[in-house]
Amino acid sequence: MSTTKLDDILPKPASVLDKARNLLKDFKAWVNLDINNLTAGQQLAVKYFCVAIILFVAQILFGLLSALQFIYPGFLYGILDFNVNRMVHINAMIVWMLYGFIGSIYWLIEDESGTDIVGLKWANIAFWVLTGAVTLVVLVYLFVQTGPGKDSSLWLINEGREYIEAPRWADLGITAVMLVFSYNVVATFSKGKWSGIAGVLTLDLIALVGLYLAGMFYMTNITHDQYWWWWVIHLWVEATWEVLVGVIMAWSLIKLLGARRKIVQTWLYIEVALMFGSGILGLGHHYFWIGMPEYWLSVGGFFSALEPIPLVAMVVHAIYDSGVHAFKTVNHPALAWVIAHAFGNFFGAGVWGFMHTLPQINLYTHGTQWSASHGHLSFFGAYATINIAFFYLAIQHWRGGVWMAAGTPNAWRWKWALGLLNAGVVGMTVALLIAGYEQSFIERAVEGSTWSGYFAAQNQPSFQWAMKWRMIFGWVTTAGLGVLVWDLLTIGKSEERKAEKIVIH
Amino acid sequence: MNETPLWASESFWKKMAIWVTGVSFVILIILTMDSLSQTEAGGKRVPAYAIINKKIDYQFNKELNKSVPVIGEDEFLFGKQLTEQEAAELVDLGKKNAQTRNCMNCHTILGNGAYFAPDLTKAWLDQGWLSKDLREDLMVKFLMDPENNARTFGSNRKMPNLGITEQEAKGLVAFLKWMSSIDTNGFPYNFKTIEAEEE
Repeated sequence: MSTTKLDDILPKPASVLDKARNLLKDFKAWVNLDINNLTAGQQLAVKYFCVAIILFVAQILFGLLSALQFIYPGFLYGILDFNVNRMVHINAMIVWMLYGFIGSIYWLIEDESGTDIVGLKWANIAFWVLTGAVTLVVLVYLFVQTGPGKDSSLWLINEGREYIEAPRWADLGITAVMLVFSYNVVATFSKGKWSGIAGVLTLDLIALVGLYLAGMFYMTNITHDQYWWWWVIHLWVEATWEVLVGVIMAWSLIKLLGARRKIVQTWLYIEVALMFGSGILGLGHHYFWIGMPEYWLSVGGFFSALEPIPLVAMVVHAIYDSGVHAFKTVNHPALAWVIAHAFGNFFGAGVWGFMHTLPQINLYTHGTQWSASHGHLSFFGAYATINIAFFYLAIQHWRGGVWMAAGTPNAWRWKWALGLLNAGVVGMTVALLIAGYEQSFIERAVEGSTWSGYFAAQNQPSFQWAMKWRMIFGWVTTAGLGVLVWDLLTIGKSEERKAEKIVIH
Repeated sequence: MNETPLWASESFWKKMAIWVTGVSFVILIILTMDSLSQTEAGGKRVPAYAIINKKIDYQFNKELNKSVPVIGEDEFLFGKQLTEQEAAELVDLGKKNAQTRNCMNCHTILGNGAYFAPDLTKAWLDQGWLSKDLREDLMVKFLMDPENNARTFGSNRKMPNLGITEQEAKGLVAFLKWMSSIDTNGFPYNFKTIEAEEE
């Protein structure tokens, strides 16, 4: 075939690019958002939010694939195996939540410090570096998947440690980006003014970045490996992330309700004391069965049993402040998601965590669908919700500070998104809990934890039904996400009224 | 009357937050140093890598009311006695493969990971390997070609072919054998080993 013929058949790269550009242009015209409504810091924040939502969609998509493989094990076998889908599912989750947090903080620091972000140019570069790195990591996950047992695989493909599978090169990149981010935060507050919220945020970020380093080393000794691995996972999600959302919630309550700073900050300190007081040594509940000394059974059991207490405090705090202000807010969907966060965090992280945290029960539940049940409700309840609340806060300003309280046009959309997402996740949680109970009884207590015991439990009708129900509620969650994205793109579009000025009282 | 009592004041809780966090972190550091030294490979809880030269079992101890690893006489892996250095290298190859082949996103290791495939903590001792004579050979074959040596136990779930070489498979078997000797405080509970069936 001559090259001229080939040229005719193959679409010209320029024309493909043009088409994509036109589509993007049409999309932008339809969404009709004006970036000039935002400050420079907020413009950066919404970039983070956009990527967060794309990753949220990826999380759900790969969750659906993994859930399908429980029902049809042959589905995509040898092409996209369960380990790949599940890895992308949980990594997309961790990363979109981090994107949400980083965006929220870029959003709030200008307001909180009273000055422009220091080092914004670096912050923008960091955003593109991080986003490029995340894209490349996901492409390698999908198309290379696994590698030979060599150091080069750990550096370039996959570190194979649940939640922090990203290869070493990406670890270094993520750390560099987080350092730029921390610099922005510290320098901005130093130039403007410090506050209680600013102080807690800064110290928490330093801890968060420092902890990530604990997950970057290879060790032959699996007991040591898992010891340090939990430093990252637990001390992120059960300590520093919780404090981070405490900060975000404190600031949001001032903005949404006009709560008084003194009250909000006092609560924030109480939460920090209770959260770190229980969460740091609560780390021990991951050390029961990995080869660590027996004293961790007592230390981990005791302190992790205390972990729900700060979450109760957060519920009381959020509901009390809302009640004091008679639930009068400038942004209905955002406040609804803050309330969903308070309850979701308490039930998902607090109650569901407590249910299987004592070693006497954990001996049977450890490594069963119990953990998956807890994981689904807690990550959603504690972190997805607060990020979504912030997305609504951001879109309100991006639309030019429009009315988003009672009488918002098409308010059914945000209500349905809220309802479907919550119902979907709660449904999956309950289905997985039933599967977990069944596994604990059949596989562990009766069959004695052998491979045949494992499969005896997996083949039980109650387990299989649980997997089907999980799938159904997975679709409910997906529908909720669809409505959420639609709503975020359209809410306030035709709104002429301006939001009421919030009064601090 | 309007004055905020100390226990409800911002400054009190600020100090409290700093102290509680500081003290908890110091305790964690102390426990970390102790735990890591108690769990060096070669200690009582986590045996040296050359333990793969020995017979390993996991039996219920009535006095302690939990299952504990029991180390027996010589039982060389692949018929060859290894020095500590050689054993460490082989286990290391297996451990590295366990990471780069992403085992943990289907299996659990020490109970941690995903729940699509069985736990590997005591996989070396599992009765699924039929008999001690067949075990090593079956494990290597399975790891190299899981599709054609599938062990689905009626679930239709098959391990995918991950391109594991023979040497890597032997490394993985060594890693699994070594891991089965770790004292895991009685997890998994009530586990009946391949040794129990033979006795």
